[in-house]
Amino acid sequence: MAVTNVHKDPEALTMTITAEFDAPVARTWQVWEDPRQLERWWGPPVYPATVVEHDLTPGGRVAYYMTGPEGDRHHGWWRVIAVEAPHTLEFEDGFADEAGNPDPALPVAVARVTLGERPDGGTRMSIETTFGSLQEMEKVVAMGMEEGIKLAIGQIDGLLAA
Amino acid sequence: MFHALGDATRRDIVMRVLQGESSISTLARPYPMSFAAVQKHVAVLERAGIVTKQRRGREQVVRAEIDSVRSAARLLDELEAIWRSRMDRIGDILVVPE
Repeated sequence: MAVTNVHKDPEALTMTITAEFDAPVARTWQVWEDPRQLERWWGPPVYPATVVEHDLTPGGRVAYYMTGPEGDRHHGWWRVIAVEAPHTLEFEDGFADEAGNPDPALPVAVARVTLGERPDGGTRMSIETTFGSLQEMEKVVAMGMEEGIKLAIGQIDGLLAA
Repeated sequence: MFHALGDATRRDIVMRVLQGESSISTLARPYPMSFAAVQKHVAVLERAGIVTKQRRGREQVVRAEIDSVRSAARLLDELEAIWRSRMDRIGDILVVPE
């Protein structure tokens, strides 16, 4: 795997990340299509995801929760806008209350996933994430912040080792 | 800032005040700990500049300092970190034969 491009647009509140994988498109698509594979990568290792609903059809819903080190659960959902297996997937991504119901007070991002064949048989995958407002982006990042913490710890380790 | 957020109760408090300002007594209700312990967590977040506290009558109201904490560019950097680690994990899944 190699991340080949990252484009960030603070005005449009959009980030696009592109990575290349040796696996063919049909295989790479399975990390979205198979809930057991999805839950192995969506949440960070300290907040693993458990997918409880998974319907990748237009209008379909994916529901999951992430379990923290102290047993704390954080629920989230996707609503599928468009899907064309194995090349495109577009969905809204939001947080939910404890019963798993979408919380209207919590932010929603729109993600667009594109998988394309590489000449060597591998996959180029791009994910574009767009937020409606700075506040929504703040909330999503705050909720994903254990990764930010790990990153900061990694940077501190790097400084100490230098 | 990372010390301030390196605790599950404090992260939970931040998530709740991000949804709207709240009094300390309301914040303290769901936790199996004393009002004073919750007050201490809020004080750590306040020192880190993540929340502010204001006395309003008999209540102390806590609100998130969203705009002062992070700019859009900084948030996108953190979002990039989240997705880079997701791509890493996808890469790990894909190298293992099914």
